[in-house]
Amino acid sequence: MLEKALTGSNRYYGCVAILLAFFGMGVYFYLHELEFGLAVTGMSRDVSWGLYISQFTFLVGIAASAVMVVLPYYLHDYKAFGRITVLGEFLAIAAVIMCVTFIFVNLGQPARVLYVMFYPSLTSVLFWDMVVVSVYLVLNMITGWTVLSSVKEGVPPPAWVKPFIYLSIPWAFSIHTVTAFIYAGMPGRSFWLTAIMAPRFLAAAFASGPALLILLCFVLKRFGGFDAGKKAIDALATIVTYALIISIFFVLVELWTVFYSQVPDDMEHYRFLFRGLEGYNTIAHWMTVSVISAVIALVLLINPRTRKKESFLAIACVAVFFSLWIEKGLGLLVTGFTPSPMGHVTRYMPTGPEVAIAIGIWAMGFLIVTVLYKIFLAVREAEDL
Amino acid sequence: MAPTRREFLIIAGLSAIGAACPPLARIVAAKAKAPEVRAGLPGTPGSMSALKAKRWAMVVDAKRCIDDCQDCIAACHYVHNVPAIGNTKHEVKWIWPERFENIFPEESHTHIPDAMGKQLMPVLCNHCDNPPCVRVCPTGATFRRSDGIVMMDSHRCIGCKICMAACPYGARSINFMDPRPFIRKLNLDFPTRTKGVVEKCNFCEERLAKGLLPACVMACEQKAMVFGDAEDPNSKVRQILDKEFSIRRRPELGTNPQVYYIL
Repeated sequence: MLEKALTGSNRYYGCVAILLAFFGMGVYFYLHELEFGLAVTGMSRDVSWGLYISQFTFLVGIAASAVMVVLPYYLHDYKAFGRITVLGEFLAIAAVIMCVTFIFVNLGQPARVLYVMFYPSLTSVLFWDMVVVSVYLVLNMITGWTVLSSVKEGVPPPAWVKPFIYLSIPWAFSIHTVTAFIYAGMPGRSFWLTAIMAPRFLAAAFASGPALLILLCFVLKRFGGFDAGKKAIDALATIVTYALIISIFFVLVELWTVFYSQVPDDMEHYRFLFRGLEGYNTIAHWMTVSVISAVIALVLLINPRTRKKESFLAIACVAVFFSLWIEKGLGLLVTGFTPSPMGHVTRYMPTGPEVAIAIGIWAMGFLIVTVLYKIFLAVREAEDL
Repeated sequence: MAPTRREFLIIAGLSAIGAACPPLARIVAAKAKAPEVRAGLPGTPGSMSALKAKRWAMVVDAKRCIDDCQDCIAACHYVHNVPAIGNTKHEVKWIWPERFENIFPEESHTHIPDAMGKQLMPVLCNHCDNPPCVRVCPTGATFRRSDGIVMMDSHRCIGCKICMAACPYGARSINFMDPRPFIRKLNLDFPTRTKGVVEKCNFCEERLAKGLLPACVMACEQKAMVFGDAEDPNSKVRQILDKEFSIRRRPELGTNPQVYYIL
């Protein structure tokens, strides 16, 4: 089926070329980082993780959210999702590959990355995260590819693939839970030291992932001649709505606990997140944008008339995605480090090369999505003829 | 003679299994080699003059510590080839001064005498009994010795920085760049590090192995730092701890830090 990615319209080639160019830019700047070390990034001794790990965290959520189309279709026989489960799985493949790449570029000694497998440390959440994320990638490759192959052949999917599909459902929850455990198990970082971290991650993932999938379906409808169907889009929009509400609820629950109990250390982090500390309020400004986006999305999604209208739904999905990208990205990450355990406030600002590398990885992800969705469209077209 | 298809498949299969199980091969090899390798290292059982303890610990007597004095820092950073990077974002430090209110924020309040709240005292790795950094490290690059010293293997470290996030004391630094050009005076008796690896205080394990006390302890003319075996009732550390009231940094986290402060 891979050969179907090699032929296409000029628009397809143009799209691939642009994404390749951005990816190339990322590679160029990564070579720079490789030579001079992590000093080319904005990370510091106090804020020792930055844009890379924040993107990793957010994208694990996008990957996990494939389960929101797979679960209703395979466990509840929700037929409307039948046409888009493969799209969800292909999106998960791209997201996982981006996650792994973001982890990789964050390493000080990338050549030693396989030490994680050669010298496994069973108490390390990072080790387990690598295990669950890799297995999840393989699961989605197997299921997505096999199901699409059977569509091509015009036969039902083989029986042997079913166990893999069923396994991928709890596995999706596991990857994001384990990712949350990276944060939620650190004794000295009170901002992350909360049992609701994993549920919060999952809620945010099940809002942002399906929101992206809706947007991708709109793109496919407009440029690819593939209609996911109104029923499927409506169902996805409902999922986004509930997940966003739950996600916001979880954040409010955190705020209540922190500000009613008034434990100073806990409050300092939230003050930084929403107001800034010692004049450092860049993150707080971004969070304001995040809150406004979330409110806009909430209004558009809760009202059935706007939710069911494609144009408003598209705006709402962009708002959901953007809002959670900020909140669960740099908001969550930088605030955990600020103030430091010793009360110091160190500014973090991603540098040009750091942003370029991150854009390069996003371009790589979109390239994978583009190629995989192109194959999907070609197979579907041949099927419909 | 060329192998038959069947032989080739057997060889290929066995090779694949072998490649997939390097940890197994390593464990087997390590078991076989362990005794003579251990015996050859200085400071491990068998060498003559090494200082040994059941549980190494340090006492910092802040009353004796003088604000402007940097002797302990200079000594440590020289013997361990710690680079002088010169900017706070990328600096590498094993031992450095902090104010009381930053070291013990939970003990700080408005009526603490100003001289005390603003007093500088040295902070370093606490060599926790229950170190979060060791727990989170994905490769075992940081590990705890049976005598309590939390060690770093620079050759094993992949630079993921999770230990820096996990340490509640900010004791760890990563080499954001090649540290070698920033080493003021090279000490040829101790290795330098490369870019992208994490490092921190090692309680001078290389000096203990030669029968020497830690460099910071030796450098302190005020005798504000005392080092010894916390399990030995006759050690200097225990003599002080048994007599004077001491506190530790963030004991509520359960890390059981082994650097004690007398204020």
